[in-house]
Amino acid sequence: MLLALACSARAEIPLAERRSGYADMSPQTRAMQDDDAINPATLWVLDGEALWMRKAGAAGLACADCHRNARESMKGAAARHPAFDASTGTILNLEGRINRCRTERQQEKPLAYESRELLALTAFVARQSRGLPIDVESSARTRPLLEAGRAAFRRRQGQLDLACAHCHDERAGKRLAGTLIPQGHPTAYPVYRLEWQAVGSLHRRLRNCLVGIRAEPHALGAREYIELELYLMWRARGMPLEAPGVRP
Amino acid sequence: MTRVVVNLPQRARRGEIIEIRTLAGHAMETGFRRTQLGELVPRDIITRFTCSYNGVEVFSAELHPAVAANPLIAFSTVATESGTLEFRWTGDNGYVATHTASIAVD
Repeated sequence: MLLALACSARAEIPLAERRSGYADMSPQTRAMQDDDAINPATLWVLDGEALWMRKAGAAGLACADCHRNARESMKGAAARHPAFDASTGTILNLEGRINRCRTERQQEKPLAYESRELLALTAFVARQSRGLPIDVESSARTRPLLEAGRAAFRRRQGQLDLACAHCHDERAGKRLAGTLIPQGHPTAYPVYRLEWQAVGSLHRRLRNCLVGIRAEPHALGAREYIELELYLMWRARGMPLEAPGVRP
Repeated sequence: MTRVVVNLPQRARRGEIIEIRTLAGHAMETGFRRTQLGELVPRDIITRFTCSYNGVEVFSAELHPAVAANPLIAFSTVATESGTLEFRWTGDNGYVATHTASIAVD
């Protein structure tokens, strides 16, 4: 069935009407997220804390050697990423920033997306920003990348010829095959997804979205995902970070 | 990965019922899944969990493939005396995880 819908010129969801996926979950799943003692992502956070202290690379440096106590030094970091990196002149997400430290400072190989170590480190770093409002930079230097992300969000793709906006702006709150369509804010990433029975990154989820509309998915860590990530975080600006959260 | 998370009160009154919650990091591979090429992924699960309180077993559980990954086992016990609680998970392929916690009972 061809969906002959034009992507309407309707603007983003009004700020006051934005809902995190948390509000759409069952009370039991919400209880899992709210309590660190039973949130399965805590297993990754603890692994991340161990990695934070471990010396690595030719430089023999641990994250802690430069950044000291993550509770203070990493507070707000996850809420500000993807962030502009002056040395490369482009934006880096949290994974990219961690890998830059690994290659430039620790002189160590970068960690692969969805590897246990990278997920543990991002979960640990993101945990230090829990509760803080999402606040990514929207200025002259990030605007072109933000616009690229917004264009990707509104672009029809795939065999099903759908744009992200069709479901997550226009039909959020309605149902697709019985499942409630969320607004799609990245407030809980990296997230413990019950479907994955593991912690995963936003890029993993975005890949699943593209596969779902039968579009060719990009490689994890691709520029297209990072631009979209910047736009999604800007779209969720002001909403509190729940990372690492739990989702169905 | 033998990461576990155990949560219980540090202090309790004698005779008080305390709640203990445990999380064990484990993929809990059921043995029923197949790869893209059709090969069976072999079973790899936690099979047993025990909790001993000053050497006396106060709780045990047999786990089966139906239990989800990273199992949460929550149970209660009576705080009888100060001492040590020992938690032990064992499973396929020689998996063993242990954790020790202290409790002060007034």
